[in-house]
Amino acid sequence: MKLTLHIWRQRDSETKGEMVQYIVDDVSEHMSFLEMMDVLNDNLVKKGEEPIAFDHDCREGICGMCSMVINGQPHGPQKGVTTCQLHMRSFNDGDSIYIEPFRAKGFPVVRDLIVDRSAFDRIIQAGGYVSVGTGSAPDGNAIPIKKEEADEAFNAATCIGCAACVASCKNASAMLFVSAKIAQLDRLPQGKVESKERVSKMIAQMDEEGFGNCTNTGACSAECPKEISLENIARMNRLHLKSTISPT
Amino acid sequence: MAFSGLFLIVFLTQHMLINMLSVIDSLRLNFFGVEESNLFNEVAYFMGNNPLVQFGLQPVLIAGFMIHMVMAFVLQAKNYAARPDRYQYANKARAYSWASMNMLITGGVVIGFLGLHFYDFWIPELKAKYVTGKAHIGDGPATEEILADVNRFYPELVHRMKYPWRVAIYCGSFVLLGLHLNHGFQSSFQTTGVSQGKYIPLIKKAGITFSIVVPFLFTVVALVHFFIS
Repeated sequence: MKLTLHIWRQRDSETKGEMVQYIVDDVSEHMSFLEMMDVLNDNLVKKGEEPIAFDHDCREGICGMCSMVINGQPHGPQKGVTTCQLHMRSFNDGDSIYIEPFRAKGFPVVRDLIVDRSAFDRIIQAGGYVSVGTGSAPDGNAIPIKKEEADEAFNAATCIGCAACVASCKNASAMLFVSAKIAQLDRLPQGKVESKERVSKMIAQMDEEGFGNCTNTGACSAECPKEISLENIARMNRLHLKSTISPT
Repeated sequence: MAFSGLFLIVFLTQHMLINMLSVIDSLRLNFFGVEESNLFNEVAYFMGNNPLVQFGLQPVLIAGFMIHMVMAFVLQAKNYAARPDRYQYANKARAYSWASMNMLITGGVVIGFLGLHFYDFWIPELKAKYVTGKAHIGDGPATEEILADVNRFYPELVHRMKYPWRVAIYCGSFVLLGLHLNHGFQSSFQTTGVSQGKYIPLIKKAGITFSIVVPFLFTVVALVHFFIS
């Protein structure tokens, strides 16, 4: 496959970036998108040019590190996958592909396609944990939990924190991520104890990081590689309302 | 936004129901041989003269609308600031609907429509009641007797709806209102946290039904008075 790539190049957060065009003509349709980027970087290094910086780690859709907006969609055109799981057979020979970093005030560009997502870490640090004593590992059946609750808690826990929700939202809102983390803990007995305090602190931190507000377009859930449900946002809103009316 | 939106949904429903009385009046007068039908007049007179409605509910309605409108612009400004560097390639994220992505446009059209609606009905009513002390029907002279007439509301409504350009603007605005409600109804329940589990399909269906039925019936009111009354 021969592809024309338009890639965002930016030296650092202080420097102005621009789209730069590259041609790659030795791409196999069996390659993953990141392998295609590796091929391009090999070519650039051989020519003595600066390779393109991009985030990646596990390359199997678990770590949430890959963060590219491909032709206007976070993680590209295929539904329910991360960039590293996207294969070049999703594109056609001769295609032009536009690759940009996730864009949000809360995610400053570090270099090229790499953005600083530590805002998510600070939101988790604000309350996305269980601090009450839960004792040592109990017997599996010691605390009965309804299967539906356990399943929904697990579904919320599949959020890998990649931030595609923020990248896809027209308001750069982080509510799907924050709500998934809140719902995951709120659905389980050990996490429920601190729900009200947690939701207030995490939402306050989310606002402080400069993310936008949710207008319920549903783009976040539609673009999420783990297909996290919008129901988590409604649950978070409900908890937030309760914690505002009755903080304790 | 969500609470003021839900409040306005309730207001729209009662406004539509009252307006439908004028359609019943028109059908009775024009097709059922009834010589006098004042359902709309009676309710309109009550709404316009009852102290609780005028000085209790009306200020709440104005406040609700102002909160909804101001919050929309404040939220839009904050949301715009949350992405200072825009995407070079247009955002192609899969969104649920055009309406959900363009609430400010549909809401802006509704605000514009309300300007015309106030010019047609609300401002002349305030002027008649609190400034001149005289009301008129259509292009006729303003008198104190007309202001005191319980049955002046229906003929004034019919007069306003006789102009094609006005009916066209009203009907076009109702389409945009429908799109605004199509997203707003469901979104209000999502934001207030009511949307959960088994209620989600119910809320979605109710939202779609409401966003079609209410604007459609408002359109019926305008068209009935244009073509029949």
